[in-house]
Amino acid sequence: MALLTDLVNLNLSETTEKIIAEYIWIGGSGMDIRSKARTLPGPVSDPSKLPTWNYDGSSTGQAPGDDSEVILYPQAIFKDPFRRGNNILVMCDCYTPAGEPIPTNKRHNAAKIFSHPDVVAEVPWYGIEQEYTLLQKDVKWPLGWPVGGFPGPQGPYYCSAGADKAFGRDIVDAHYKACLYAGINISGINGEVMPGQWEFQVGPAVGISAGDELWVARYILERITEIAGVVLSFDPKPIQGDWNGAGAHTNYSTKSMRNDGGYEVIKSAIEKLGKRHKEHIAAYGEGNERRLTGRHETADINTFLWGVANRGASIRVGRETEKNGKGYFEDRRPASNMDPYVVTSMIAETTIIGKP
Amino acid sequence: MALLTDLINLDLSETTDKIIAEYIWIGGSGLDLRSKARTLPGPVTDPSQLPKWNYDGSSTGQAPGEDSEVILYPQAIFKDPFRRGNNILVMCDCYTPAGEPIPTNKRYNAAKVFSHPDVVAEEPWYGIEQEYTLLQKDVKWPLGWPVGGFPGPQGPYYCSAGADKSFGRDIVDAHYKACLYAGINVSGINGEVMPGQWEFQVGPAVGISSGDQIWVARYILERITEIAGVVLSLDPKPIQGDWNGAGAHTNYSTKSMRNDGGYEIIKSAIEKLGKRHKEHIAAYGEGNERRLTGRHETADINTFIWGVANRGASIRVGRETEQNGKGYFEDRRPASNMDPYVVTSMIAETTILWKP
Repeated sequence: MALLTDLVNLNLSETTEKIIAEYIWIGGSGMDIRSKARTLPGPVSDPSKLPTWNYDGSSTGQAPGDDSEVILYPQAIFKDPFRRGNNILVMCDCYTPAGEPIPTNKRHNAAKIFSHPDVVAEVPWYGIEQEYTLLQKDVKWPLGWPVGGFPGPQGPYYCSAGADKAFGRDIVDAHYKACLYAGINISGINGEVMPGQWEFQVGPAVGISAGDELWVARYILERITEIAGVVLSFDPKPIQGDWNGAGAHTNYSTKSMRNDGGYEVIKSAIEKLGKRHKEHIAAYGEGNERRLTGRHETADINTFLWGVANRGASIRVGRETEKNGKGYFEDRRPASNMDPYVVTSMIAETTIIGKP
Repeated sequence: MALLTDLINLDLSETTDKIIAEYIWIGGSGLDLRSKARTLPGPVTDPSQLPKWNYDGSSTGQAPGEDSEVILYPQAIFKDPFRRGNNILVMCDCYTPAGEPIPTNKRYNAAKVFSHPDVVAEEPWYGIEQEYTLLQKDVKWPLGWPVGGFPGPQGPYYCSAGADKSFGRDIVDAHYKACLYAGINVSGINGEVMPGQWEFQVGPAVGISSGDQIWVARYILERITEIAGVVLSLDPKPIQGDWNGAGAHTNYSTKSMRNDGGYEIIKSAIEKLGKRHKEHIAAYGEGNERRLTGRHETADINTFIWGVANRGASIRVGRETEQNGKGYFEDRRPASNMDPYVVTSMIAETTILWKP
């Protein structure tokens, strides 16, 4: 199909100033990503210069059929790694025609928290480790697993290479470059403990940007798996039994934590998080109880426990941070299907604004 | 087949001034697109500079065998995205040797309507949302559907990404760029509610140009699906049951509607359309009664109803138009297999020329 690829890869900048903008939003389940494209008269680099748009909310469970318009507000621009040229991806959030955020719009509240002066002053940094599982199409069984059976036990797969150990690297590597091209701050990738499971990390990103970048990275991953004919899963425990789940460990620091004396600030932040453990857990992803069992490098969902270099803890502080007396910590509780707008803003709210 | 692609992609401008012109016309069913190519001595940008041509009308159900010549009059030129260089696509309409439009030539009458001074003064704009379904070759079952079965119910597919939700994006993206390259004013694309169904929009286009652009866009789509080995369907209800149909919603405005006070003009135009509902429906596409049931975001074929943001209506007015007091409206009745020359000119005729 060489000719189809020629057309998909046409460089339009040779024939027209027009660009294509792919508007992306989160649908009614809070986890389904939707998008559609429109033509604009010329290149745009500032989201405030992009027109608002609308979509059929009755088709995504976000509006009734007789009053179906949901309005899209552009919030962040990234380069489109699929169409390239001057074409762009636009992360949006959703509003009623009257200008109210719809119930599934979690970005709006996060943006409010991130513009609180106390939060702004602390310059909160996030590094999110997004784990995910690749599944074979139609059978929905992990990539590389024998259909009707299981691979050998966990051990050989973490960070491995080899046709019998690493499944789907072309997807992972394509995604890494595509995201860097797009302008997403991907800091790394690795193969995970369960075969067919991978991880990429986004960060450090400041405030609301962490959520924007993670959602667009998820969208790019879904587009790439679509091309590869493989199904993407963010389920936190895709396979029951002696197999790791998938999380979205969230690394976090504030200005005070990064400066001298930061370790005390870190300890007091962890204490505040401990006092709101139940509230955080409720917002850290559906189905997390299947994953946070106390086994497979997790802490039990009902326990709040922190420790240095402890992967069985709810919160882990790195050895380097302990040694330097400043740095960051890792909240290991969020599930792979968490909403980064919710998790990042909640951590900032609890540790900085300090709701009791 | 590297060598075949090399030859197809040869840039002839390096060796000759000659160009290739693909003459396109509509065949005897009113929906079958036909084309053939000829060599011209040099580049042409003005349709009136192109020679008339002819074809065998007895092979397309448009002329008897003993008097088979049908004459092609070039009407609009577009750049050829397949041959590129200075090569062109030419949209034509069909005449007898005596110079009369043949019965299937709907462009002729539309051009008359659009040159009426009252219509010219109102500068009618059209934005047409062409929906279509991709079918697997040979079995003629929608792309991505299991042969002998059905996919999961509608919900996840609209504007989706992912190998289990979105089928045929390479065709859609190739078509988007190919049309922009050709000079067709494609304003956007999106994945539709039924899996394997897509939509592209052409507009805004003034008067007769809307029909020319839609027909050439359909031609380009049929050429691209041919390359992809997938079958294009413009049937308005390809699958019976709880599956959406395919329409060609036609967005429309006149100068008066776009200016201050336009909302009153819009309401009175809608009223006139309501009085000629049966006549319009008869011209809005064969088989539309299978689609306009009152379910799946349509209004029943025998009912004329209009509303703001109401996707279950015959005519929908957008919230923004209501808020601004001027703008445009959407006629949701036309089927995907409608003839845009007929629909666009009829809307202009009823709303501008017709007196109740």
